[in-house]
This record gives sequence, C-alpha cells and structure tokens, in this order.
Amino acid sequence: MGKTLAEKVWDAHVVRKGEGEGANAQPDLLFIDLHLVHEVTSPQAFEGLRLAGRKLRRPDLTIATEDHNTPTLDIDKPIADLTSRTQIQTLRNNCQEFGVRLHSLGDAEQGIVHVVGPQLGLTQPGMTVVCGDSHTSTHGAFGALAMGIGTSEVEHVMATQTLSLKPFKTMAINVEGTLRPGVSAKDIILAVIAKIGTGGGQGYVLEYRGSAIRALSMDARMTVCNMSIEAGARAGLVAPDQTTYDYMYGRPHAPQGEEWDAAVEYWNTLHTDDDATFDVEVNLDADTLEPFVTWGTNPAQGISLNEAVPFPEDFGDENAKLAAERALQYMGLEAGTPMKDIRVDTVFLGSCTNSRIEDLRAAADVIRGREKDPKVRMLVVPGSARVRLEAEAEGLDQVFKEFGAEWRFAGCSMCLGMNPDQLEPGERCASTSNRNFEGRQGKGGRTHLVSPVVAAATAVRGTLSSPSDLEPASVSASTTTDAA
Amino acid sequence: MEKFTTHTGIGVPLRQSNVDTDQIIPAVYLKRITRTGFEDALFSAWRKDPSFILNQEPFTAGSVLVAGPDFGTGSSREHAVWALKDYGFKAVLSSRFADIFRGNSGKQGLLAAELAQDDIELIWKVLENAPGTEVKVDLVSKTVECGNVVAPFEIDDYTRWRLLEGLDDIGLTLQHEEEITAYEATRASFKPKTLPARIQ
Repeated sequence: MGKTLAEKVWDAHVVRKGEGEGANAQPDLLFIDLHLVHEVTSPQAFEGLRLAGRKLRRPDLTIATEDHNTPTLDIDKPIADLTSRTQIQTLRNNCQEFGVRLHSLGDAEQGIVHVVGPQLGLTQPGMTVVCGDSHTSTHGAFGALAMGIGTSEVEHVMATQTLSLKPFKTMAINVEGTLRPGVSAKDIILAVIAKIGTGGGQGYVLEYRGSAIRALSMDARMTVCNMSIEAGARAGLVAPDQTTYDYMYGRPHAPQGEEWDAAVEYWNTLHTDDDATFDVEVNLDADTLEPFVTWGTNPAQGISLNEAVPFPEDFGDENAKLAAERALQYMGLEAGTPMKDIRVDTVFLGSCTNSRIEDLRAAADVIRGREKDPKVRMLVVPGSARVRLEAEAEGLDQVFKEFGAEWRFAGCSMCLGMNPDQLEPGERCASTSNRNFEGRQGKGGRTHLVSPVVAAATAVRGTLSSPSDLEPASVSASTTTDAA
Repeated sequence: MEKFTTHTGIGVPLRQSNVDTDQIIPAVYLKRITRTGFEDALFSAWRKDPSFILNQEPFTAGSVLVAGPDFGTGSSREHAVWALKDYGFKAVLSSRFADIFRGNSGKQGLLAAELAQDDIELIWKVLENAPGTEVKVDLVSKTVECGNVVAPFEIDDYTRWRLLEGLDDIGLTLQHEEEITAYEATRASFKPKTLPARIQ
C-alpha cells in the first residue's frame, strides 16, 4: 500500500525503529535536519548541556535568531527591560560558546524564527525541522515534517540531533474550489480550526490538499500550516510543487547546480501516493468560504465575519457552553451582536502567521488611498528585517505611514507581548496573529483573530470589516505610482 | 528524573476546558533563564481573583490537578510543566491533553493521566462535595482513586516505563550513537547546512 507524504518524510529519517507494534510501540528515533533556536526556550537547554558536559552535536544544522523579546522600536539602544536583555545576552553567550550561527537584532537576517528559516532557503521539502516553539508547523508548507518541541527536547536535539517520537495518525484536510476576493489563507485555517476544534488534530499530522491549497502561494501556505497547532496538531504540511520550487530557487541555502537537479528529483517523489489512505479526511468548500474572525478566547471560537456573536445556549456540549459563557464575559461581548458592529482599539499586522511580504502587500493594497479611523491604533511589524527591507524597497512603509500606522522593526511583538508591544486591560484588537487566549496580547487584552485584509479594512472603518465593506478608495494617492 | 510510582495528595477540581499554556504561565514569566522558581507564575492571572480555586483552602495545598478537556493547548513552553511542578503538583488528570504539553510532562516527571470525561466529572463531584479529599494516582496499576471513585487512566507504555524508572532521555539515546553516526553518513549532499553561512 502507498504512503502519505508525512509517512514518507518520517520513514526517510528513522535512525532506529522503536520495538513493538501499534499502541504499545516504542518511539522511533528520528534524525533532525534543521534545529531553529531562539532566546526563550533555549537557555535551560544550553545549561543542561553544560551541566552534563555534553557538546552540541551538529552546530552546522542549527541556527538561532532573536525574536520573542526584541523591541520593535529603538533597536539600536540597549534593551530597556532588564530580564529581556539578560535573556537575549544569554542566547548570544550560548551561541558563541557552542558555535551556533546567530542573527542578532540589527542583522539583516534577524526576525521571527519561522520567517527567517524559509527566507534563507534553509527550510526545504522532505526535511525534519524542529524548534522550541509550537508554530514550527509553519515550515510544513514546504513538505517538511516540522514540529514544535519543549525545552527538554531542545536539549535532546542539541545533544543527539535526533528526537524520539511516537508514530502519528494522518488527517487529510481537503480544500477544493476557488477562494473569493477578500478571502485568504487565514480564513481557510480559521475555518478548519472552527470545524475540527482545538483538540481535533491531537495525535495527527495534517496534510492540506485540494485545488484551493495548490493555488496558494508559499507565503499563504505558511499561514495555513502555521496554525495547525491551533487545531491540536503538532505538524501540518503541503506537498511540494512548482510553486515551492520557484520560491526556493536562488535562495542563499537552496541547492545549486547539479545539487538543485538532484534535490528536485527527490522532491518530486514527496507526495501522498494515490493508493495511500488517511486515518481521517475533512473537507472544506473554498467557494463558499467567507472572511473569518474569532469571537472568543480560543482559536476554534470563530465564525464568518457576516455572522453575529453566538449564544452560549446554542452549544450542545456542556463544556463548550461554559467555555462560551466565560469567553463572552472576558471578551466583553453580548450574544447576538453582529460581528461587524464590534469596534476595536488596535489593529496588529504581524506575527509568524501573517508578517511576510505578501501579507504586507495585501494589507497595503486595502489601505492605499484610504484614511485610518483616527481612534484606531495600527501596528505593522514585519516578520524579519529582510521583509522590512523588501517592503521599504516597494514603498509599502510609506503606504502604512501615510495611513497613520506605526511601521516597526521585526519580531514577534504583540502576538504574545513579551516585548513592550502589549494591549492595555480591556483594549480590543483585530490581530493577524494566531492565538486569542485570555491575556495573550497583554493582561486583560481582547483579541479577534483576522486575516491581513480584514485587519486593514478594520483599521479603516474602526469596526471589524472586510474589504468589501469599504467605500471605493481615492485614486490619487501619491504612493501608488512608486509601488507599481 | 525522579521516579514516579504512586502519589497521593489533595485533588484540585478545575472545571474548565481548554486551559491553555498562556493561562498556566503567561509569557511575561518566560524571560527567566532558570529551570526552577516558577511557582509564583502558575495561573498568575487567575490567582489574582480571590474566588479562584487555588486561592481556596484546602486547595492551596493541592498536588493533583483535575481539569477539563484539552488541557495544555497552545504554546510549546515547557515552563508550563515547570510551573505546575514548582507549585507542588505531581499529576494532572484530564480527558484530553495537548500533544506537546503531554510530551513535556513526561520529560519532567509530571504525570499527565488521561481519564474518561465521565470519570473526571465524578471526581469533580467528590472534590467539590468534600474539599480536601485526597486523590491517589497509581502509575503501576494505571488507576486513580478518589473517595468512592476508582477509575482507570491511559498513558503510553513508553512514557510510563520512563517515569517508573526515572530514566534520562538523552542518556538512552546516546546508547545508539553509532546508529546516529551511520545515518549522518547517508544524508543527501543537497540537504542544507547552516554553516558556513550564506546570505543574500
């Protein structure tokens, strides 16, 4: 019988097969092709190596960047928060001691770890990629088996370049059809999570398939795979194709010359065989999909932007009903309120979900020639210093600045508020990030997860909006010619 | 890692689903570079509310957390496990755990025991009717006892074995170092290396 893509990648990395079969099988020992490191989940792992007198086995398969704690303003000055500064300095010391390549704040390759890897061409089809960060699933967009790990596992990978893993089940997410204008990858994944729930993917690796997925760019596929973890799945992937190869070609660490040909020949085998079966299949219709938005405090509490805040009593399951009641109270929302009547204070465009160049372009296209609601604060945080440079070369920074948005330096920023970019208690935010948990963006902050174009339209109107809700833009904006 | 065979301690009923890692430990506490001392961080936002369960006696001395489904969703932060352990928890019972949280627990000797939701409901009732009731978690027999409730729980055999023996993962893997070296020799030359660095 044939194999799924995820099984092929798994099998190609087995160093040692676990003994036993089925539920009682021991884990397999898998080789890890790329280990991404950042300042938050690594200090205790480096310390563990030091205490045990162990070496970092493969510095040449390891790369580090600073992202979670880094400020997005005044990056030329010492970091004001002393604990953040210490943590970043600790990463710098550790990378020097163990010989790890590090892209520090101020470096053109610094940025969110999941933006940096693909952009350098280090993320490639058929690889195993890990990082002490749950959004490592992002790299699955290339047909890599990529997953988040805890700090003990970070230390394990550092010491052995392997990971002990129990085999997973497979789930196909079939998305057929054509997305309508104003509907994007973010809406696909929010709809998937709403459909299968935050625990629906637990124990599974997801494979996103179907014509709507094939039509997505690499940036968009990364958005989809990024939030696999929000459905409970440790990894999610898309089979590589010409779109993948076009993205990869010429990137600094992409194979070159004959190596490129050998790589493509291998990558062409990385697809689910016709006679392979998935443990579960889920279908989503792209044709009828509408812009999606969350109303609650977990990413599965989402609905179409055209709908109203749901009534807790409409949830059949008692736990879901209690969770909805609690979420509405935290969010300060009343059941029955149309989502589009909800006014926001802040719009955040950024995070490893939606901070790539195409996300910035899509948002800029919506706001170009329009005015921001004066009561709304908008933060634009490119995913990496490279994305920021690219955006500036296209004049996107001018579009955002003229609109009245704040144009910041790269990092995780307000997605989780480990740096000064946080919501105030009670503040409401339309955010292109991935988690709407209580207090995620700042203590007492209220998060609505949205796509970049919905974020942009919301900044114009001040209430949750899609681009189709906007009046036609004035065409005389000075920046449009520069960007063309 | 410390061996885990059985543990008996006060059960804490946390009637909530989707207890995510940002609730277990908010990101602001992740800036520390130590592996211990996270007890103050556990549920820090909720603990500001005097009615929160961990602010009620006798639950402040609890060591077995009994939570709703989908416990530990969200981030990969192992700090969530460290915070639970530093506070004094030895076991968490839930009908469903997030994969990464469950894995992290196993690495750190915190028992994540998966029970049927019906059994969780029964245990909640016992703990709410008689606060301070102890829960006995027996990893050898894979059962939980609380008042008149005796319930089986699930945990994969490999994690159970490692917990019972208190084994160190890295040490176990390094027993197979020759196989790792053999695998490395077969790695395709077109696969990337981070060093020497190439940039645009």
